[in-house]
Amino acid sequence: MPGSTDLSPVTLLVATRKGGFLLRGSQPDGPWSLSDPIFLGATINHIVSDPRDSKTMLMAALTGHLGPTIFRSTDYGQTWKEASRPPAFPPASGEDEKGIVLRFTFWLTPGHASEPGVWYAGSCPPALWRSEDGGDTWEGVAGFNQNPMWREWTMGDEGGTPGGPTLHSIQIDPRSANHIYLATSPGGVFETTDRGATWQPLNKGILSFFLPVPEADYGHCTHALRLHPQNPDLLYQQNHCGIYRMVRQEGRWERVGKAMPEDIGDIGFPMVVHPRNPQTAYVFPMDATDVWSRTSPGGRPAVFRTDDGGQTWARQDAGFPREHGYFTVKRQAMNSDRQDPLGIYLGTTDGQVWGSRDEGRTWAKLADYLPEVLAVEAAVLPQ
Amino acid sequence: MKIIIPSQLLSYTRRVEVQVEGGTLAEVLASLDRQFPGLRFRIIDEQNEIRPHIRIFVNQETARSLEFTLRPEDEIRIIGAISGG
Repeated sequence: MPGSTDLSPVTLLVATRKGGFLLRGSQPDGPWSLSDPIFLGATINHIVSDPRDSKTMLMAALTGHLGPTIFRSTDYGQTWKEASRPPAFPPASGEDEKGIVLRFTFWLTPGHASEPGVWYAGSCPPALWRSEDGGDTWEGVAGFNQNPMWREWTMGDEGGTPGGPTLHSIQIDPRSANHIYLATSPGGVFETTDRGATWQPLNKGILSFFLPVPEADYGHCTHALRLHPQNPDLLYQQNHCGIYRMVRQEGRWERVGKAMPEDIGDIGFPMVVHPRNPQTAYVFPMDATDVWSRTSPGGRPAVFRTDDGGQTWARQDAGFPREHGYFTVKRQAMNSDRQDPLGIYLGTTDGQVWGSRDEGRTWAKLADYLPEVLAVEAAVLPQ
Repeated sequence: MKIIIPSQLLSYTRRVEVQVEGGTLAEVLASLDRQFPGLRFRIIDEQNEIRPHIRIFVNQETARSLEFTLRPEDEIRIIGAISGG
């Protein structure tokens, strides 16, 4: 790809419906090499590398009809060992109570830089889990999971989207381990300032057409929530009903997606923020007309980028098919590295991985014929 | 007693037949999990229910509860993915 020079090799951690893969880049513009599948046949919802030590990885797995679990690697993904106590809901306390069963772990987030070994996970049904030992044992975060409002906020284990209601987008304020945001689908955005002991909805300004009261405190459907690492008071979200941005001090979401082209709309799933420029963000819109085909609008896949906090959006599609490209990109399947210039990567439900090493200007297909891609993360690992 | 392990769980046991002890299915699965940590949770959920699509046969009979009583000569067979497809 033109313009990309002196880039450190990036490894993409590709989670698919039939296994995990490591897709290794070379510099400056060499080919990408795909690893053998990891746990071929297992549904892998997320593979995440720990930036605090660069060698630990966690993987959220669901194998056929077996129960969900988490695998850990401490050698850059070469070998994997199962967590000795993966996330699980507490047993029902009385005969009349129906206990909750974890369907799968969906999201993984390394904890705050000041808390090595701490990880958070989100699941279906929507619950928050914490590990204090590098992902080996997990406990539910009672302040959220046992909150008296939990079923009201998230629909609990009783409803949700066809793929299952999920908790995802766990965002930790780099200034404080106590300050965490998360999102649930359905439910919306929630915030704690006491490391998970208490939570409050953070959804003012979101208008959800499907709710009886469109501007309700909760019940919204956040597809992806991102906090900007250099300005942690700036939040972006791709919502079921548009693209929103919040300056935390103002406490109200503003629908910046209204500036998207009318024939594209502002509905989609993934959301990526530029790690160095708080005003730059990327989305991958989908067709949300009529029956919501969830494919690229008009069969012409494109990333849209803003450099002014959502006031204007520019189409970036060089390299993508010009027609008959019906990509679907799931909420965890688009991400960036931290290189300069920035690399951006996305995986499609029909098993392709695409990448741009020049901040989205040009795109190239990096891998094909994989199973449905569920998540893509970028890491810089030793060669 | 003997327990037959399905292919989906061979990553834990590395063999098809495992010897276990116990007077109930709950005790046998506890024994199995002591030998192969983590295996039980893959087939029994946190509410002590056999997971959907997992079947456990004792000889010719389907065991539907962990309270199922066992005799030393019984043969247990775990089957993964009986769900019609």
